[in-house]
Amino acid sequence: MESLIGLLVGAPLLGAAVLLCGGRRLDRAGHWLGTALAASSFVIGLLLFADMLGEETEQRAMHQHLFSWIPVNGFQADVAFQLDQLSMTFVLLITGVGTLIHLYSIGYMEHDERRRRFFGYLNLFLAAMLLLVLADNFLLLYVGWEGVGLASYLLIGFWQHKPSAATAAKKAFLVNRVGDVGLSIAIMIMFTTFGTFAFGPVFEATGETSEGKLTAIGLMLLLAACGKSAQVPLQSWLGDAMEGPTPVSALIHAATMVTAGVYLITRSGAIFNAAPDAQTVVVVVGAVTLLFGAFVGCAKDDIKKALAGSTMSQIGYMMLAAGLGPIGYAFAIMHLVTHGFFKAGLFLGAGSVMHGMNDEVDMRRYGGLRKYMPVTFVTFGLGYLAIIGFPGLSGFFSKDQIIEAAFAKGGTQGWILGSVTLLGAAITAYYMTRVMALTFFGEKRWSETGKDAVHPHESPKSMTIPMIVLAFGSVFAGGLFKWNESFVHWLEPVTQFEHGHSPLSATAVTSMTVVALVIGVGTAWLQYGRRPVPAVAPRGSLLTRAVRRDFLQDDLNHVALVKPGEYLTRGLVYVDHKLVDGVVNGTAATVGGASGRLRRVQNGFVRSYAVSMFGGAAVLVAATLLMRAV
Amino acid sequence: MNPVNYLYLAALLFTIGASGVLIRRNAIIVFMCVELMLNASNLALVAFSRLHGNLDGQIMAFFTMVVAAAEVVVGLAIIVTLFRSRHSASVDDASLMKL
Repeated sequence: MESLIGLLVGAPLLGAAVLLCGGRRLDRAGHWLGTALAASSFVIGLLLFADMLGEETEQRAMHQHLFSWIPVNGFQADVAFQLDQLSMTFVLLITGVGTLIHLYSIGYMEHDERRRRFFGYLNLFLAAMLLLVLADNFLLLYVGWEGVGLASYLLIGFWQHKPSAATAAKKAFLVNRVGDVGLSIAIMIMFTTFGTFAFGPVFEATGETSEGKLTAIGLMLLLAACGKSAQVPLQSWLGDAMEGPTPVSALIHAATMVTAGVYLITRSGAIFNAAPDAQTVVVVVGAVTLLFGAFVGCAKDDIKKALAGSTMSQIGYMMLAAGLGPIGYAFAIMHLVTHGFFKAGLFLGAGSVMHGMNDEVDMRRYGGLRKYMPVTFVTFGLGYLAIIGFPGLSGFFSKDQIIEAAFAKGGTQGWILGSVTLLGAAITAYYMTRVMALTFFGEKRWSETGKDAVHPHESPKSMTIPMIVLAFGSVFAGGLFKWNESFVHWLEPVTQFEHGHSPLSATAVTSMTVVALVIGVGTAWLQYGRRPVPAVAPRGSLLTRAVRRDFLQDDLNHVALVKPGEYLTRGLVYVDHKLVDGVVNGTAATVGGASGRLRRVQNGFVRSYAVSMFGGAAVLVAATLLMRAV
Repeated sequence: MNPVNYLYLAALLFTIGASGVLIRRNAIIVFMCVELMLNASNLALVAFSRLHGNLDGQIMAFFTMVVAAAEVVVGLAIIVTLFRSRHSASVDDASLMKL
């Protein structure tokens, strides 16, 4: 069975190679090939999963050594895979949701003439993401990490004829590079400290290493995670990444790639457990992003950007949980999986709405769509209930656990974190209700006649089926995971697990969560559900306007980073022109002038040459005689 | 007679030749002055040969004569060609080799 692990990565990689190199003759069947290879990867994943369930808990991890990549004395880099419970969870999420979204894209991209290429990129993404979660050392993980960054860049900028998409792709790539530098530095520190970067030896050696070094590694890993997972301060790319096609937003920028940061921190749990300072920073980053994303989600009128804010916020929850240590890792991953279901479902629903509304994204121009798109309404609605944490649905179980673990952190920290997560839950309920009310309820703010006529209609089957499947996941996944604590027991051998000791009882936390939920939903309903909503956004208070511009993040980056960079380059250009060019041009001018004067000696008169010859001979003779005399 | 006197004569002839090369413009005259310088050095060589009592200088003088004869052939041919094409034997007129 272990020899199948390589095929998990190989199948989509083959698809990417064939689709991207195959040319136009694959245009007609390319999307089916891409989908079939993604599905085959999912089937292999299921086979391995079944095999893994048959083993004893301790013997479930599988290894496959493919080949030695860089065998040098004192530096051993292998291409080897490790499939343990954590990787398995990711493999099933990535290939499962990935296959559904491939299927959805067949309908969504139907009228795009570059559909084959789109599927090639999607397959490339799957291969890179699987490599990331299956690698058994940090260097190979880094390869996958860069691979998903590349695929993300290609897919955000897929509609490259739109300048905004091309810019967004570049922005995402550049911001991600900042994080990638963190990961590469972390790997370098690991190599100098431990002499290796394979997971096993590194995690075993953490016991004998100074805390300072571990903190440094942890912070660098966190930087990497911030870049990939759009956490403060590297969050600015995610909103713009919504320029990509909606299936991309669903798969890469909601369900899978952006959770890579959470995977990295959970995987490196041994390092973070031994570096409490780094853990604290992780928790702070998570808490700040949780609120940041939630506020941004409240202010956006673009449905995809509102969902992007929500993604940021939910990943903030996961980061926070991952920063709590062994009491939180399992819940972070659990929320990650349930979030993968409901957020992918929400994005696909948003895509379906846009599909029926002539690619309009402004929610103020929706309204009353529940009658026109019943399937979308129901699946989106179930995703909505899941994300706000409606009791009994997926999000309720996973989020409730995180809130409880946050309180269990203990001391003042615990109280602060607990309150933040509760506040986050209330805001989540608020902005999601707002999205729901603006889109599906209220009066219709569009017309079927006139210049901007739209004819809302339900999407084709290839799009609705994935939405229905994901809606099932949104409803039942959480309950299934919570059943007998099965998910926690499943992950325990990899991530460890400790029961947190919360100052509040589980019932108290749950009831507070429900109260927060009711407050959030109620406020939003009073504001957007009962009253008619203006089709053009009102000017809003100063705060609203600031939040609409993502708390001025781009302006801040512009002032703090772009402007100084511009001044620096201008200064360097000035120095180059004046100083470097001055020296070079000056030397050239001196030599040129001197030779201009010197060439007058060459006058063509034989007799003047004879004079110099005789003169020279005379000087030589005189010098010889003089030397003789001395 | 003291052989050193021949050296003085050779120096005198050489100086006359050199001055002629530098001062005169007519190519034929310049050429003759060059020949004069060559013969002045021949005279000096023979005088040294006598002074030192060996034949090295005389042999050297023979070589010079042979080379001078060859040089006359080539040099006169050049001067004649030059005169035919430019109707002038002035060395200053043939100052084309310059920038």
